[in-house]
Amino acid sequence: MLSDSDRIYQNLYGQQDWKLAGARARGDWDNTAAILAKGRDALIEEMKTSGMRGRGGAGFPTGMKWSFMPKQSDGRPSYVVINADESEPGTCKDRDIIRNEPHKLIEGTLIASFAMGANKAFIYIRGEYYNEAQRLQFAIDEAYNAGLIGKNAAGSGWDFDLILQRGAGAYICGEESAMLESLEGKKGMPRMKPPFPAAMGLYGCPTTVNNVETIAGVPTIMRRGAGWFAGLGRPKNAGTKIFCISGHVNNPCNVEEELGIPLKELIEKHAGGVRGGWDNLQAIIPGGASSPVLNKAMCDTQIMDFDSLAASKSMMGSGAIIVMDKSVDVVKAIWRLSKFFKHESCGQCTPCREGTGWMMRQMDRIVQNKASLADIHLLEQVTTQVAGHTICAFGEAASWPIQGMMRAFRPEVEARATDYQPPVQAQAAE
Amino acid sequence: MAKLTIDGIEVEVPNGSTVIQAAEAAGIEIPRFCYHERLSVAGNCRMCLVEIEKMPPKPVASCGQPVADGMVVHTDSEMVRKGRRGVMEFLLINHPLDCPICDQGGECDLQDEAVAYGRDTSRYEDDKRSVAQPDWGPLVRTTMTRCIHCTRCVRFTTEVAGVAEIGGTFRGESTKISTYVEKALSSELSGNIIDLCPVGALTSKPYAFTARPWELRKTDSIDVLDALGSNIRIDARGAEVLRILPRINDDVNEEWLGDKSRFSVDGLKRRRLDRPWIRENGKLRAASWEEAFAAIAGKVKATAPQKLGALAGDLADVESMLALKEFFAAMGSKNIDCRVDGASFDASKRAFYLFNTTIAGIEDADALLIIGSNPRHEAPVLNARIRKHWLDGGFKIGVVGRAQNLTYEFDHVGDGPQALQALLDGTHPFADVLKAAARPMIILGAGALARPDGAAIHAAAWQLAARFNMLSTDWHGFNLLHHAAARVGALDLGFLPGEGAMDAKAMLSGGAEVLWLLGADAQAVRNIPAHSFVVYQGHHGDAGAARADVILPGAAYTEKDGTYVNTEGRVQQAYIAVKPPGDAREDWRILRAISAYLGHALPYDTLAQLRDHLRAQYPVFAEAFRRFAGTDATGPAGAAALGSGAFAPLLANYYQTDVISRSSPTMAACVATHYPVAEAAE
Repeated sequence: MLSDSDRIYQNLYGQQDWKLAGARARGDWDNTAAILAKGRDALIEEMKTSGMRGRGGAGFPTGMKWSFMPKQSDGRPSYVVINADESEPGTCKDRDIIRNEPHKLIEGTLIASFAMGANKAFIYIRGEYYNEAQRLQFAIDEAYNAGLIGKNAAGSGWDFDLILQRGAGAYICGEESAMLESLEGKKGMPRMKPPFPAAMGLYGCPTTVNNVETIAGVPTIMRRGAGWFAGLGRPKNAGTKIFCISGHVNNPCNVEEELGIPLKELIEKHAGGVRGGWDNLQAIIPGGASSPVLNKAMCDTQIMDFDSLAASKSMMGSGAIIVMDKSVDVVKAIWRLSKFFKHESCGQCTPCREGTGWMMRQMDRIVQNKASLADIHLLEQVTTQVAGHTICAFGEAASWPIQGMMRAFRPEVEARATDYQPPVQAQAAE
Repeated sequence: MAKLTIDGIEVEVPNGSTVIQAAEAAGIEIPRFCYHERLSVAGNCRMCLVEIEKMPPKPVASCGQPVADGMVVHTDSEMVRKGRRGVMEFLLINHPLDCPICDQGGECDLQDEAVAYGRDTSRYEDDKRSVAQPDWGPLVRTTMTRCIHCTRCVRFTTEVAGVAEIGGTFRGESTKISTYVEKALSSELSGNIIDLCPVGALTSKPYAFTARPWELRKTDSIDVLDALGSNIRIDARGAEVLRILPRINDDVNEEWLGDKSRFSVDGLKRRRLDRPWIRENGKLRAASWEEAFAAIAGKVKATAPQKLGALAGDLADVESMLALKEFFAAMGSKNIDCRVDGASFDASKRAFYLFNTTIAGIEDADALLIIGSNPRHEAPVLNARIRKHWLDGGFKIGVVGRAQNLTYEFDHVGDGPQALQALLDGTHPFADVLKAAARPMIILGAGALARPDGAAIHAAAWQLAARFNMLSTDWHGFNLLHHAAARVGALDLGFLPGEGAMDAKAMLSGGAEVLWLLGADAQAVRNIPAHSFVVYQGHHGDAGAARADVILPGAAYTEKDGTYVNTEGRVQQAYIAVKPPGDAREDWRILRAISAYLGHALPYDTLAQLRDHLRAQYPVFAEAFRRFAGTDATGPAGAAALGSGAFAPLLANYYQTDVISRSSPTMAACVATHYPVAEAAE
């Protein structure tokens, strides 16, 4: 279990002052210039050594992502964009970071921007986070007034501007290229890749998009050293992660823990255990709405890190653990997710636009006990026709919950179909 | 260059190409709905999926995937087929099964690809989506239920046409391609979205439910409703021309066509002259050819040759103008002119009246000065080319004349000819732009030459070209943008008054006792004094026919084999699609017949003989098209002083500019839609 001293977010629960004075007391902004003085290459190398993987969901190594940015500008500026469009159902880690540790994020953004040669960074915050945006803007203003960002940021000689932009409430704008479109003032629709944002991103300039949690962890890594971070967690799954435990647990909470902690331990230690005891557990969605659901047998032994969850054909995602006890109709729960994804599909590319609605309607039928076995089979086929054929990962995100349900709860799904007799349709006279 | 293997075929394509382009180079057709080579890549239909080795094991959209050296691509593997079948199923679940009543039937990409990748039955049991049908004006018919959201129309209007009027509203399944607030499309190129639409969501409103593509006889031809000479295909059934579509010619119209050129077809069936008429006691009466010829002969024989005059109109083909010129020469008259708009300028050298840079050459220019022209109305397809190059960046544009929305940004240099003087003096900042440019060009509108000081403007524009480095061995930046399709051909023929002979103005104001109008329908013909005997040879009952004493029914451009020379001097051949109506005849035949009747028989009996004669007399019609160098800087004569009045638009409106479009109910509907204020004022 992670010791308190190893926690990056000392004020995750907002018990202390979140403003600049409080942040400074926790060590933020302590001689930031010295960190920047190490130079761009050293910072990127440090990130690579730390083994930090992107906390937004995909788990791409952060240091490597940073190294894709051009070392020498071809005349175009570079940009850093912070993804604070935290819309994955069940996830609220970035929210607490922004609320209670905003200066970690701002300082991390400065360091990351310096490491990638960006004089300007944007934080794209989800529109519903109104209070959080207010608080973050307050913190940004504090930082500007204290000379920590702006011209000659924190006395480092590096000019740095930080702009907070609120989104308008679309889930898809959490996808990095859709976010860039939205930032540019266009409709939030993902772009084709290649070109990748590091080559052609915001306004056609090299851009890196990082998650809030990834960036907020950077200052601590730089201060305590990559070795410290890499020493936590498991090989290739280093460091700590905020888990958002919700659902049928006695004490729903956000908690920062080491990667690689067993799922059962995580829930029992921090969330007060499953309602009615571990044996009352039915299913867990381990990484936000788009990660495939696990049944109890899977949960018993599941280790919470990127690679272990991938091995279980689920994913780490955003770290939003949604716990369902035996009172839950899992099929209906997944149907609700299908409805969500149908609602949030941007409608740009064919499989997702047409497929999400179809999947939802098939789920409707199953939930209403109006599906035959053939319908279930068809639903499964539709998910495979969507996943892997779309412009962005939304196609997978919408398909995986259903595919996970089919893997983990096939008997429950089929049980709803066995008794169903489709109505005999009146045959037209031939 | 990158070398890659597609289905076992090795191809080498330039770096930066996409896989779909490489496949095309290898002769492999990849199905696509959203991809279009002249639009930006959207990648949203997902039909062009291919499998690429050594990439993540999922299909890749070939339209957006750049090629890489050594890439191995499979376009027909199991993974690819499965992917495309899946996409096709998705496209079809919400696509209505209304092919039998859909105008796209038979030329529908979705239909064609469904044969290859569709299932025999639908697995989708729910209700299909239905979408309201917005009204996009008199040209484009919408059936948005059929829309597959490929966004070609969105990208065309935004990128090529330059009017951001269509977009996707709402999201997911509820996405609608719409104008948001229902309105008529304001682009002069809106008809092209009908061609671009891969399904039947956007079809031609005037052509709705008229014919199936397999019933149509297709004839290659040349458009004459502006001077661009857009390459077109005429689709006819029986004796009727039903529709006109653009053909691809990258040097002229790419694959676009202006709305007037496309939708004026219904004007070809209305107000037609299908028999000769003779005016007796102030009233026209139907007559036979024999009577008409007799009436003309009686008058011509009683008139001195120097009192005979001929004018060639805006739509005339080269062959008939040659016949007319030689017919009048045989009678001893040099009173011929093609500039019915009253323009007078030095046409002694070809470079003086051509679009010398060439249309495709616009893309090589780095600065442009437009003088007295609204290319958006006078040549919308050429305007799209200017916009295209402007979008590439580094193309500075200045306008002398009325500042209008041309779909690109420009510096407004001035309203009248004084601005030309300011540029020549170097007192206007745009002079510095022209000076700094390596390949600047001027577009001088034909309207500017129809002014009293036209010749001076012509000379001043040439001076600008000479001053600002537009004339060199590999660049000719002086351009005259004509609007009349016949004009350049006529000037090439020297269809101009001979030494001491009357010009158009003199003839129209009563100088000619017998005035032969070959399709000349300028408003000025209404005011020809009563003592002139007017022979009108043409195909529509318009201004010319109303004034005529004898009407000889001719053939419209769809009804004859004709040669046309476009504004850049490109000699192009149009083919006959349908026969002229009733007793109407091809124009050169009429002239051949009357010349024999009057005893001056022209020396050709067939079109082939006429053309041999043409090429022998005027070698320019036999030469291959080439771009001129601007080595000879000697300018046109234009001693008169520049006037002071502002340049007025050549066209009052885009839609009705000639006898065909004036006869077209569709064009009338467009005018009513787009010029409501002007109509109310009349």
